Amino acid sequence: MIPVIYFLYISIALFVIGLVTVLVRKNAIVILMGVELMLNATNINLVAFDKYYGSKMDGQMFSLFVIVVAAAEATVALAIIIKAVRAFGTTNVDEFDKLKG
Amino acid sequence: MSVIEIIFYIFGGLTVLSALGVLFSSNILYSAISLLASLLGVAGLFVLSSADFLAVTQILIYVGGVTVLMIFGIMVTKRVSKDNEPISFAHNKGAGLVLGAIVLGVLSYFAFTLNPMLGTAIKGQESTTLPIIGEKLMTDYLFPFEIAAVFLLIVLIGAIFIAGKKITEK
Repeated sequence: MIPVIYFLYISIALFVIGLVTVLVRKNAIVILMGVELMLNATNINLVAFDKYYGSKMDGQMFSLFVIVVAAAEATVALAIIIKAVRAFGTTNVDEFDKLKG
Repeated sequence: MSVIEIIFYIFGGLTVLSALGVLFSSNILYSAISLLASLLGVAGLFVLSSADFLAVTQILIYVGGVTVLMIFGIMVTKRVSKDNEPISFAHNKGAGLVLGAIVLGVLSYFAFTLNPMLGTAIKGQESTTLPIIGEKLMTDYLFPFEIAAVFLLIVLIGAIFIAGKKITEK
């Protein structure tokens, strides 16, 4: 049996890698990938704790709704990125500096 | 070391190493492929936590949907955008790495202060979780389920409205 703490270690690693990706990378789409990694880290935590504390399925249900929200977030964010790329001509987030384009 | 542990290390290593690939790859297409591998590893971890339905959902939505959407977005933006050079790190690299190290330290501190053997005794779900999830969706989680349906419709319309309209030059 795998202790739940191992799932925690992987979740911590995934969350920190996602956070550094969001903070450090320039490309808007890679930033979006970092957000997805962080959401997956939380999902690992929810599912692992759900199994090891009674398996009442509440953690898995919550994780299911997190997946729904993450998919919606990716869709809308990509639409906004495509719009911004049409307006600015680049995917570099440092150059998205005008609100009224 | 049992077979389950070996499988756990394989999937955990796949997840973390592919996530590092997302972070360090200079080509965004390689980043997208690494993200795909990382999400597959997460699906494997879901199977090991006896969440079979969630693992299938993960593969269907993330690996089949979100990653393809991202590759599609990369292709659309490559065609429109002027810059063709490989995307490097931004100039707030130092601050990002410092903040990442701080968060890593804090989270690791809380994880290491936990009892390392915590929660090992409870037996997992032996059969499939699908009937329980279906029943819960129709009873306890009916309201969030309906809200999610309306939410997805709004997202669908919103994404088409945002991305579909051409910028008109006057």
